[in-house]
Amino acid sequence: MTGIIKKIAQINFGLLSPENIRNMSVTKIVTPDTYDEDGYPIEAGLMDPRLGVIDPGLRCRSCGSKGGDCQGHFGHINLARPIIHVGFADTIHKILRSTCSSCGKVLLTDSEKEFYMGKIEARIKNEESITDIIKDIYTLARRDDCPHCQQEAEIRKNAEFMIQNSEEILEEIGPDLDADTKKKIEDKVQKLVELEEKRVSSGEMDDMEPNADINAIKDATEELIKVVKDIKGQNDEVTKELQELVEPIYQEAKRAQQRTIQEDIKIDKPVSLVEGNYKLTPSEVREWLEKIPEDDYYLVGINPKIAKPEWMVLTVLPVPPVTVRPSITLETGERSEDDLTHKLVDILRINQRLKENMEAGAPQLIVEDLWELLQYHVTTYFDNEASGVPPARHRSGRPLKTLAQRLKGKEGRFRSNLSGKRVNFSARTVISPDPNISINEVGVPEMIATEVTVPVYVTEWNIEQMKKYIENGSKIHPGANYVIRPDERKIRVYDETKESILEKIEPGYVVERHLMDGDIVLFNRQPSLHRMSMMAHEVKVLPHKTFRLNLCVCPPYNADFDGDEMNMHVFQTEESRAEAKSLMRVQEHILSPRFGGPIIGGIHDHISGGYLLTRDGSVFKEEDVFQMAQKSQLPMPEPKNRDWTGKEIFSLLLPNELHMVYRAEICRKCDECLREECKNDAYVVIENGELKMGAIDEKAFGAFSGKILDSVVKEYGTDRARKFLDSATKLSISGIMKRGFTTSTADEEIPREARDRIEELLSNAEKKVEQLIEAYHNEELEALPGRSLRETLEMKIMQVLGEARDKSGEIAESYFGMDNHAVIMALTGARGSMLNLTQIAACVGQQSVRGGRIERGYRNRTLPHFQEGELGAKASGFVHSSYKSGLDPLEFFFHAMGGREGLVDTAIRTAQSGYMQRRLVNALQDLNVNEDGTVRDNRGVVIQTRYGEDGIDPAKSDFGKVADIDRLIEEMRIKAKADK
Amino acid sequence: MDIKKVEKVVKKKKADFPEQLIEDIAEAAERHKLKAAELDELVGNLKKAYERAEVESGEAVGTVAAQSVGEPGTQMTMRTFHYAGVAELNVTLGLPRLIEIVDARKKISTPTMAIYFDEDYAADEEFVRTMANRIGKITLNDILMDFNVNYGSMGLSIEIDEEQVTEKRLDYDEIIKKIEKAFKKVEINKNLLSFEPTISEAKHAIRELRLLADKVRDLQISGIKNIGKVVIRKEGQEWVIHTEGSNLGAVLKMEGVDKTRTTTNDIHEVEKVLGIEAARNAIIHEAQTTMEEQGLTVDVRHIMLVADMMTADGIVKSIGRHGISGEKASVLARASFEETGKHLLRASIRGEVDHLTGIIENIIIGQPIPLGTGSVGVIMKQRE
Repeated sequence: MTGIIKKIAQINFGLLSPENIRNMSVTKIVTPDTYDEDGYPIEAGLMDPRLGVIDPGLRCRSCGSKGGDCQGHFGHINLARPIIHVGFADTIHKILRSTCSSCGKVLLTDSEKEFYMGKIEARIKNEESITDIIKDIYTLARRDDCPHCQQEAEIRKNAEFMIQNSEEILEEIGPDLDADTKKKIEDKVQKLVELEEKRVSSGEMDDMEPNADINAIKDATEELIKVVKDIKGQNDEVTKELQELVEPIYQEAKRAQQRTIQEDIKIDKPVSLVEGNYKLTPSEVREWLEKIPEDDYYLVGINPKIAKPEWMVLTVLPVPPVTVRPSITLETGERSEDDLTHKLVDILRINQRLKENMEAGAPQLIVEDLWELLQYHVTTYFDNEASGVPPARHRSGRPLKTLAQRLKGKEGRFRSNLSGKRVNFSARTVISPDPNISINEVGVPEMIATEVTVPVYVTEWNIEQMKKYIENGSKIHPGANYVIRPDERKIRVYDETKESILEKIEPGYVVERHLMDGDIVLFNRQPSLHRMSMMAHEVKVLPHKTFRLNLCVCPPYNADFDGDEMNMHVFQTEESRAEAKSLMRVQEHILSPRFGGPIIGGIHDHISGGYLLTRDGSVFKEEDVFQMAQKSQLPMPEPKNRDWTGKEIFSLLLPNELHMVYRAEICRKCDECLREECKNDAYVVIENGELKMGAIDEKAFGAFSGKILDSVVKEYGTDRARKFLDSATKLSISGIMKRGFTTSTADEEIPREARDRIEELLSNAEKKVEQLIEAYHNEELEALPGRSLRETLEMKIMQVLGEARDKSGEIAESYFGMDNHAVIMALTGARGSMLNLTQIAACVGQQSVRGGRIERGYRNRTLPHFQEGELGAKASGFVHSSYKSGLDPLEFFFHAMGGREGLVDTAIRTAQSGYMQRRLVNALQDLNVNEDGTVRDNRGVVIQTRYGEDGIDPAKSDFGKVADIDRLIEEMRIKAKADK
Repeated sequence: MDIKKVEKVVKKKKADFPEQLIEDIAEAAERHKLKAAELDELVGNLKKAYERAEVESGEAVGTVAAQSVGEPGTQMTMRTFHYAGVAELNVTLGLPRLIEIVDARKKISTPTMAIYFDEDYAADEEFVRTMANRIGKITLNDILMDFNVNYGSMGLSIEIDEEQVTEKRLDYDEIIKKIEKAFKKVEINKNLLSFEPTISEAKHAIRELRLLADKVRDLQISGIKNIGKVVIRKEGQEWVIHTEGSNLGAVLKMEGVDKTRTTTNDIHEVEKVLGIEAARNAIIHEAQTTMEEQGLTVDVRHIMLVADMMTADGIVKSIGRHGISGEKASVLARASFEETGKHLLRASIRGEVDHLTGIIENIIIGQPIPLGTGSVGVIMKQRE
């Protein structure tokens, strides 16, 4: 909070050169031992005191600062032989493949080089990734021969030699030759001379095909040699002599050609590189990499300003400071070293042995073995999960956690410590409901309130209050735990220290006082799938040990009270509090940005209560009305001196100018809507803030679909909406309490006659299934186009049984009325569905596994109770009973099968959708609306020229639209009428 | 009401409305029989509403979109197959389909097409049936009356059902031509055909014969590549072909096919045939229908943003380490997503520089993120 906070502008990545490693090192590490007998760290050992200190009491030998302040210092190990860095093995492999084994240049012609360099430079200028270009080069440069290299010089030498010698030959044995051969040799020599002259005169190599000329010369030379070798003179001796003369050139030419042929390099995971059949040693690899000219670095993906390819083969190993690998002292007094220290000990030990063996002139084989072992240790030191190497293990058999493992994955440094951090001033406990607090509030147990604190600057105006807090101390609720002096010393408030603090306290001090009513805190429930999973609440300190929250905020948090726990975070700065209060408060999130409708709203009893209160025929005594209004924090209404209808009571909540017409949840979706004459009271009309007709249910103020709530937020703002919701839910609850509401299995009781009808229906359906099966066996069934007979049968049976279940449900339903509480819950959208009721009362229906009837189990049958190949309803999991009457064992088993599939399904789904969301968030998180209305990513690339094509924020829209035009028009007209 | 008239009013009020909104206004004005003055007032009110509902700059629209698309994922079914409209065809739905879309899979699990026809042909059942037979895969097996494998004479004889041929509206001569082209040793006697296997070694003779039998039966005599089953359906007044498998390029070339409405659910194919803009629309359409089918409402704008992000570079890129996330400019952003080691090592030899402009980078180094309230700063005016 004090001083100027510096901003990090950029982070550069690079490769450490051996010199760099030595320069930054404070000591060379040679001894594999860590501590001597007395428990003191050994000098030049892995715990060398110069590498930094961990104990807070000691001072660092290198920098002099105290433990905790000293971030540690690197040491180094000189490796006896070069070692390949595992992480770069693949890159090295690709680089070796695309460079010449003799000259080290990239196997590209000059024009190709120029082409790619141009591309790369442009990308670098624009700070774009060059990875795909490098990939192209790696493929293209996998050539068999080098376009540069000594090949050229070799051929020229040969050509010159041949020209010279041929002249001599002609002179010497010319007379003996037949005219034909002589002519041939002369021609060839002539051609060769011409080519050579042309090449010399052209100066540099041709742009288009740099090695065309040289190839021509090569070919011509070879032809000449061939002619000479084929000479069949009369003089055998001369011929022989001649051939002997030509032979070495011939061989030489052949060899030169062979040398420039690039043997294929293979990688033997993780780090062995094999050229042809020869396994390259790391030293050879390093020499090869050193040969690569700097101009070619970019072409193989290395930035010459930052790195050199040979640095990917280590000659010196940096030793991380002890702060990176602290040892822990166990209760027994035993020291337990970090995994990295263990690994470094291994490296040092083998390095030492290798060095000794080399100095003693041990046989090559032994040296190579040790070298290989050193390579293994260094490999696993960097990455203990590298493919192709057995992971190094701890004595207990647990694989060691080395450098790569520390960074990688969900528990790695990046995801677990850098992207997410542990915080102070947070609390977690079980949640429980409290219908009496506002949606904006959260009940905080006193125990937590006395633990987490808010820093308050002491000023002249609050000093008395602060003193009172200090007086209360840390145990009595509105107290204080710490006091921070202007010199930033933190003092804990104890009974003993109270007095002295109270004496010294003055403006400029900071008091960390207990959490109190009205403080803003952040409240969160995992999984935090959307922004409504973290909202700011006002604190209300309450007795007992659970967080209390209003039931309306359950949907956004997806919380229930079967043991759910939630987290609370206390803001520590004024900015954060201000920001949270204006942006993160619960009332600001009533509307979900997902679909532009309310996500916070009444649930369960709020809905049934609203219905019971407002349905036709519901009247209340005036006395009760006043009680309910009082309870719901509504202004006292004018007495009417008569009984009130529920609709009149509900109207007290509504803003005066509200006009609305909509169909309630209880709407039966009749073929022809009777509108105002609706028998179900499902046609809701609100005029001038008065509920004229229609019952209140989920569509009124329920979460996800509350229409009235939606209009209140959009037209009267979030403050009004919060009040509306707080009052509406309380009113509903008082409504439900006046009348009483309960449910039991008695609600699903149906008369004997209904049972009989259902029974008949089901047996008919089962008979129909039998008929279908018979038709199938007799091959009388007509297959649907594109389906097999069996599939058609399955589909038809499913259809018949589905219909049977629905029909039985309808029968049961016809015996249920709106006086049935379970039905009220289902139809108003409070909880449950009519399907649930049918399953309880009438028939559970077909159980399914993998989207079809159950067919797994035994061979050709589901259970041994059936015939093989039986396809009947019962044999494939049709549950004929109702939950109320109880399932028979077979039905129960099939039901469990279906149930189990559902459970497995949910488990898999959460994992899959969680990963999808992580990817989505990661891909889109940098997008931002600019001042000019464009959507851009952090590089400034325009993704959309106008957000959503119209620039409308879905959270502020009317279910995705700018506004409800029809409503606007209606309002306008009503207003016009009123004005007149 | 006339759209032009509305446009004029909108212009007069200096409002910048998108086309869709103007159309909606015109439509509503027609329905309510608005007077000119009322229209004026309506546009004024709408302008106010529009300004109120506009996104604020700095809004983290990306994160909101990702959450809005991802959050309902938990509520989706895993049931892979479902009958979408046509009972005969299976289509992947729910979460697996959504994942497939954002993954931009090259090979989707159930490609399918809906082929519509030009006005002149749409109601012509005969024409559509002919087309269906030309589009759908028909093998020789589908038109056989008799099929005989004779192990004694080591021969194969088949009889083609001419009724089937006419019913399937195929050309008999063409079939014969195709058979002759595919099999050399064949004797044709009207609709009786006999085949002989090429036997190289005596001990494999029976195997050869059986292989031949399969080959004969599976010989495709009609249909477009990659398209399997077809289903013809009457939708309203017109006939529509639904297919299993997809080949948009080839189908669009066919005569009578309505090129404006015929679609496929394969996004890469749309990109290849119709271009990137079409692919973007395909992503939006596919994602939205998937959501709607599950009864979930997600604002189009969120899906649009996802689609635009996937197609912004001119090619369809996937959401994830092989696409957008793997090509981010920031090393830290890539390293914190997936393949941490790879990105760090590569950054070291490339000498990459992280300018820390993204969200995750700033979280990592503990600075305020450049979004929302973090995207604005305060500059104090210096006193003279």
